[in-house]
Amino acid sequence: MFDIDRWREIFQSINKNRLRSVMSGFTVAFAILLFTLLFGIVSGLSNTFKDAFADDAQNAMFVRVWKTSKPYKGLQTGRSIQLRNTDYDFVNEEYGEKIQYKSSRIYKNFNLKYKNEAGNYSVMAINPDNQYLEKTIIEEGRFVNEKDIRDKSKVIVIGRLIKEDLFGQKPALGKRLNVNGSSYLIIGIFSDDGGDNEERKAFIPLSTAQMIYGNNDYINQIALGYDPNLSLDEAVAFGNQMERDLRKKMNIHPDDQSALSVRNMAEANKNVGQFMFILYFIVIVVGSGTLVAGIIGISNIMIFVIKERTKEFGIRKALGAKPSSIVSMVVQESVLITTIAGYIGLSIGTYVLSQIGDSLEEDYFIKDPTVSTGIVVGATIILIISGLIAGYLPAKKAANIKPIVALRAD
Amino acid sequence: MIKIEKLHKSYPIGKESLHVLKGIDLHIKEGEFVSIMGSSGSGKSTLLNIVGLLDIHDEGNYFLNGQLIKDMNEKKAALLRNKFLGFVFQSFNLISYKTALENVALPLYYKGMGRKERLEVALNYLEKVGLKDWANHLPNELSGGQKQRVAIARALVTKPKVVLADEPTGALDSTTTDSVMDLLKDINDEGMTVFVITHEEEVAEQTKRVVRLKDGVIISDELTKASKAV
Repeated sequence: MFDIDRWREIFQSINKNRLRSVMSGFTVAFAILLFTLLFGIVSGLSNTFKDAFADDAQNAMFVRVWKTSKPYKGLQTGRSIQLRNTDYDFVNEEYGEKIQYKSSRIYKNFNLKYKNEAGNYSVMAINPDNQYLEKTIIEEGRFVNEKDIRDKSKVIVIGRLIKEDLFGQKPALGKRLNVNGSSYLIIGIFSDDGGDNEERKAFIPLSTAQMIYGNNDYINQIALGYDPNLSLDEAVAFGNQMERDLRKKMNIHPDDQSALSVRNMAEANKNVGQFMFILYFIVIVVGSGTLVAGIIGISNIMIFVIKERTKEFGIRKALGAKPSSIVSMVVQESVLITTIAGYIGLSIGTYVLSQIGDSLEEDYFIKDPTVSTGIVVGATIILIISGLIAGYLPAKKAANIKPIVALRAD
Repeated sequence: MIKIEKLHKSYPIGKESLHVLKGIDLHIKEGEFVSIMGSSGSGKSTLLNIVGLLDIHDEGNYFLNGQLIKDMNEKKAALLRNKFLGFVFQSFNLISYKTALENVALPLYYKGMGRKERLEVALNYLEKVGLKDWANHLPNELSGGQKQRVAIARALVTKPKVVLADEPTGALDSTTTDSVMDLLKDINDEGMTVFVITHEEEVAEQTKRVVRLKDGVIISDELTKASKAV
């Protein structure tokens, strides 16, 4: 394989026939460029989807209520529905074994004040499991725990950006924060991958909020994490079952989405999974189609090239060239051209993708488009093999033409 | 050197078959300078192609350098061609993108000789045919006579036993024809067997033995004045 003289012959042949070498190389480079861009853009789309779900746990479910939109059992339309602690307990009793995490939620908007710095922030009253449901990352201190709930402690966990707003670079942990007039102890500071809004939030114990703000057992939302051992289909079924049971318990029409609904990440995951599957399927079909077109292109050119060189091969054979030496010369030339051209296409493709970067995220939902090493290596191998085949088949045929026939060719 | 017994060759043309060589017997000894004469269609090119292992005969025996040529495959034929035979064609058959020197050196590449050595040897042979100064020119920068001399240098470079020339002067004017024939004579004088195919009487006269072919059979085989003069 490594024979300096052979390579000299090949380089001479490529160099002296630049147009045809460039033409055949261009076909391959272009096919690989398209292939790379296609895969990159789809991986960018897929990144965007993954990020969209980075805020909450993958197995999260939310029970939300509002107003009835359908009359039921003599009850009027427009009735406000209120979730209470009893509903939370009911869910736990009925479905406990299918639930991994659970938390009630009350949403408030409070003025938070520390010394001269103040601002309005959304404050969520929660149970300790909410940390996992919301994928809250504790940077300093700790999250709300069961003891806080029991003692109805006046403690608060604040987002990283609230801390920056109110404390700047100074430490905030252990300081007392004025929350809508009452003094709370800062026990933790958190960050969240869900974006800036998620880091301008604060958490307080649910029991504390219920005691101080209304002295009732109202809750706004029930958040659950279903058992991750459940399949997507089982999880969807669980969500539907719970929705039906809660509507029945609260005298809501069985189809009243407005009054009470369960938002189930399992459903979204299932849809996104199917969507991504179809997208990748299309890409694989289109991508391999592009590659095949490239391979056919180079095969065509090789057939033409070899036809053009039939006489040359006849001369070489008359001078003592074995058929195998002609075949391997053509094949090596073809592989060399496809590999170099493929590499150029790949480099341009990856360069373009790196230039795109995150610039299309806002308008086109393409984030950080890249191609994985596996795909790159795979495409390169396909290229080399296709170069082999594209060169081998016609070369084999040409090399077996009797020299007398080959010499007669023009 | 070349011994042919009852050689037959036919080509299929559609469903018919064209019987080109109808039982040729020919014996050429080492150091002979033989020309095959005949009009077109007499079978002379076919004979040369078979002798040159570029084509395969149907019947009869062919001995090259005492070796019976039978069951040839392309690989074996290539080795024998490289070892024993040098070709000169009517249309020169130089490789257009290679210089005169590289064209001459090509058979040595297939012999497996190193690059430096084969370029040196090739340059010696170019000098022999008087084209040392043209070594780095491409074929299309050379005249017809120069191209044919490059081709002869290429035929000689492997020191073959036999040089086969198929109408070597067919594409040349009379002056260059003479210079090419002088070159072939010199080669023969050095002891190499030269086998020329031609339809020109002037060319045949300069060889030492003329074999006339007509319709696939030998009609005469005689020595020329040139041979008697020596």
